[in-house]
Amino acid sequence: MSKKLMKGNVAIAEASVRAGCEAYFGYPITPQTELLEYMSERMPELGRVFLQAESEVAAINMVYGAAATGVRVMTSSSSPGISLMQEGFSYIAGSDVPAVIVDVMRGGPGLGNIQPSQGDYNQITKTAGHGDFHPIVLAPASVQEAIDLTVLAFDLAEKYRTLVFVVVDGAIGQMMEPAELPPMRELPSGRPDWALTGAKGREKNVISSLFLGTTELELMNKELQAKLAYIQANNEIRYEEYMTNDADLLLVAFGTAARVAQTAVQHLRQEGLKVGLFRPITLWPFPSRRLTQLTYLADTFLVVEMNAGQMVHDVRAAVHERVPVHFYGRMGGVIPMPEEVEQKVRELMRVVPTEDDVQTHQFPVKPQAAHEFLRM
Amino acid sequence: MNPAVMTAPNETLVYARPQSLADCYTHYCPGCTHGTAHRLVAEVLDELGLRERTILVASVGCSVFAYNYFNVDACEAPHGRAPAMATGIKRVNPNNIVFTYQGDGDLASIGMGEVIHAAARGENITIIFLNNATYGMTGGQMAPTTLPGQKTSSSPQGRDVAMTGYPLHMAELLGSLPGTAYSVRRSLHDARHVIQAKKAIRTAFEVQMANKGFSVVELLSSCPTNWGMTPEQSLTWIKEQMVPVYPLGDFKV
Ligand SMILES: Cc1ncc(C[n+]2csc(CCOP(=O)(O)OP(=O)(O)O)c2C)c(N)n1
Ligand code: SF4
Repeated sequence: MSKKLMKGNVAIAEASVRAGCEAYFGYPITPQTELLEYMSERMPELGRVFLQAESEVAAINMVYGAAATGVRVMTSSSSPGISLMQEGFSYIAGSDVPAVIVDVMRGGPGLGNIQPSQGDYNQITKTAGHGDFHPIVLAPASVQEAIDLTVLAFDLAEKYRTLVFVVVDGAIGQMMEPAELPPMRELPSGRPDWALTGAKGREKNVISSLFLGTTELELMNKELQAKLAYIQANNEIRYEEYMTNDADLLLVAFGTAARVAQTAVQHLRQEGLKVGLFRPITLWPFPSRRLTQLTYLADTFLVVEMNAGQMVHDVRAAVHERVPVHFYGRMGGVIPMPEEVEQKVRELMRVVPTEDDVQTHQFPVKPQAAHEFLRM
Repeated sequence: MNPAVMTAPNETLVYARPQSLADCYTHYCPGCTHGTAHRLVAEVLDELGLRERTILVASVGCSVFAYNYFNVDACEAPHGRAPAMATGIKRVNPNNIVFTYQGDGDLASIGMGEVIHAAARGENITIIFLNNATYGMTGGQMAPTTLPGQKTSSSPQGRDVAMTGYPLHMAELLGSLPGTAYSVRRSLHDARHVIQAKKAIRTAFEVQMANKGFSVVELLSSCPTNWGMTPEQSLTWIKEQMVPVYPLGDFKV
């Protein structure tokens, strides 16, 4: 098969169809709407389920219901919609059913805007709902990778009976790139033995996240934590390195920010600066161990994100204060330009006279402005 | 347990436990009509031969453990979301019989959006809706179905309609939607009404079997514990106080 020019959202949709997604439930929200629209045509064509729900709350619970029957199911949304789904994520995690969620992130907080953002990093990797759980979180940086990771998402969800997120920012959702789709998979003929299909010739199956006794619930939590630990230990950590071999300064970025950072690395290398890029592909489980190793190589880290600094905390935790971890971020749906990142790197590597970092870059509001604000 | 074991020789068991009802104790308070409703649904599932095809979606409320009490495949939805979960199941498994079992806080308050839209879509599911005019599980707070003047733990002076509005008539509301194929209100306060309730539950499942669309049976139900009444007083209270506000009848058949 050959490469075709495809929009990110549409590519994710078709990849999920080919990965065997049998049901899609969603609610319109920019910048993911093309995904829903594509599914509205494609799923019925194949005799599969498409339903536009009345809200994201309903959509995630439809997903929960379909997941309980043992089929491959997904929903997609963007940041505010993801916030609304959190109770459902927690129930899904608490009852060990597989589901795939696509988040095409936009600027927040509140209604924010519809421009690309990475502001959902924390809400997805850390606080996807009440209680102790983490979804597996896959963060592609190109349309091709979005396709590949969508297929992987369904496989991982099923393998571990867990929630898997594919997170892209609006830029990857909206951009056109040449990419190749995988072949169409055949749908399985049966359902898993835990699924709700009607208790015909067997004991009844129950899907529930309710464990009223403290002993029972602690046991359930221990099992869930053991599963998460197993996922972390079981080769599910994914990342990519670019020119890290001899890097003095290591950029760390995911998704669109990583593309910007990669361009910056290319430019800076031409200037003779030894800069490399580390790109986490799984945001959970986070590639902490490799980052720890890289502190033996690079003596300065710079995390670039399209938010106020969310992944940077995971990087700092991984680095154990062995090297300084700096941050450069843009918010409000702004994609940083490679030049901005390059300038920050030159300052850190003392190639140009340094400005006061705190004042110019680290805080979105200048200290004196914040002070004025507080006096109001 | 095989009921026959419990029968002495030469005796015929005429009132056995339905197969669809699990052989276990429930946690319901004495005199609570949740138990009555469970038995009616189980009898209907047995009589229609549906046990092995049925999937129950339990809700959050006193009936949260319904998945333990029915001998069918089951799941437990977030508060109010049972109709959405049932939709997901039914769309993927159209050959299963899918029903939710919901209280009035669950269905008429937090879950209003899900139930209205399931009905509006003509979702081919059945809803067993227990209206006991209060939030039983959380200790008897005011529900959207609480009667004007009724004292609850969050309306200690009695429900003041000027402040908190009026009771919601779900069977009428759902019956008004084109997607609804069957919407009726029955009561569980005496034997005659219990028999009528069972007939309605049977019809609701038959509607689903015939793929006719959304079916709902609202059942006026007791909560002696939170009403502060004996079981007997609470049945009288349904008859004398609830039925005048919530007229029994067929709103879509
Ligand atoms: C999101 C959420 N909000 C609130 C609750 C707490 N809660 C549990 S049951 C319930 C009310 C149930 O009342 P009803 O549906 O009338 O059923 P009943 O207990 O009377 O049978 C509430 C508010 C919850 N579990 N989840
Ligand atoms: S609290 Fe009320 S509704 Fe709940 S079991 Fe007791 S009597 Fe029934």
